[in-house]
Amino acid sequence: MPSLDDLRKRITSVKSTQKITKAMKMVAAAKLRKAQENAEKGRPYSEKMNNVILNLSKSITDKENAPKLLVGTGEEKVHLCIVLTADRGLCGGFNTNIIKKAKSYFEKIISENKTLKIITVGSKGYDQLKRQYKSYIVENISFKESKNINYFDADKVGKIIIEKFEKNEFDVCAIFYNKFKNVITQIPQEQQIVPLNEDKDDKDDSGNDNDYEFEPDEDEILSNLLPKNISTQIFKAMLENSASEQGSRMTAMDNATRNAGELVDRLTIEYNRSRQAAITKELIEIISGAESL
Amino acid sequence: MSNLFNIDIVNPEQSFLSKDNVFEVVIPAVEGEIGILKDHIPIISFLKPGIIRVFSESEEQNFYVEDGIVEFKDNTLSVLTSSIFDLKDADKNFVSESISSAEAELSKDNIDDQKRFLLNQKVEVLKSISIN
Repeated sequence: MPSLDDLRKRITSVKSTQKITKAMKMVAAAKLRKAQENAEKGRPYSEKMNNVILNLSKSITDKENAPKLLVGTGEEKVHLCIVLTADRGLCGGFNTNIIKKAKSYFEKIISENKTLKIITVGSKGYDQLKRQYKSYIVENISFKESKNINYFDADKVGKIIIEKFEKNEFDVCAIFYNKFKNVITQIPQEQQIVPLNEDKDDKDDSGNDNDYEFEPDEDEILSNLLPKNISTQIFKAMLENSASEQGSRMTAMDNATRNAGELVDRLTIEYNRSRQAAITKELIEIISGAESL
Repeated sequence: MSNLFNIDIVNPEQSFLSKDNVFEVVIPAVEGEIGILKDHIPIISFLKPGIIRVFSESEEQNFYVEDGIVEFKDNTLSVLTSSIFDLKDADKNFVSESISSAEAELSKDNIDDQKRFLLNQKVEVLKSISIN
């Protein structure tokens, strides 16, 4: 049975932890609104980009000579995986969920005897993956210094990917990130960016309403556009990720605050009980002392 | 019948400009400036450093762009660019910095012709901005 003093100390300590988690929740909530706004603002760009590429790839007739970024190298031997995670912890299952998704993909690749290469973006992902997959990690990028997500950072990652592709270092490239659905739900996503997965849905080309005039020709536009698209996709993933991170942290910290509250209640009851017990004990001692006189 | 069409300028961070009452837009495409009016045929092209002029009924707006893609379809002009600013709120320091960094880039030997051309363009346009 802990003494009264011990209990009192524990209560204060839990209360101050609660204050911290509460503050973190508030901060996350404020940041979340901004991150969510940014994610929504960034959507038109990537959507338009996708549209243009879709229209372009439809009009390409000569599939053989199409840019390799679009159709792939024809092989599927080397897989490059970009794992996007947060730089900070204390955000519930956010990082773990991405890692889990990525790991199951990694296992599949390894069991098929293909070569695996990993690039981690964000230090948490690197920390979690380096134990098991150290030998596969080719690069570890972190944007801890930049306060906001910006296109410039995404472009850096994009350029690394292009560079590796031009050196024939991989055949297939996939990115892993959390898609922001709402504050409580974030869905870990796996998205293939090289070669580009075309949507098979709109197969029925309704005539020739896509007769575009190209200036310069299709090939040149595509070969210029595809690298940009990769950066855009990464940027989109980063935006979604940052919104997800804040959402996830908010929920986690909300839970922590509630747990701390429950703990304080329980400890307070225990404290009051033992205080009452001590008083009763003293009373009994006094009464029985008086009786024996 | 109205001769107006829509324009959407988006950059990665946000939607930069969206209007539905423009009658002419002049864009600096790689192979020369293109003026676009309503019912232009669908076109996809690239931008070189230059100035986009947007003429709407009431006003004329000018934007500096460095690169980007334009698509015109169904009377909607979409401009995707990663670097754009309104000439009205051009930052003098930023402009002169961009000029000097582009000139530094130009003085290197190992750049190809296309890049040299783009950089020259950039310097020229930026200089014209800083004079005004």
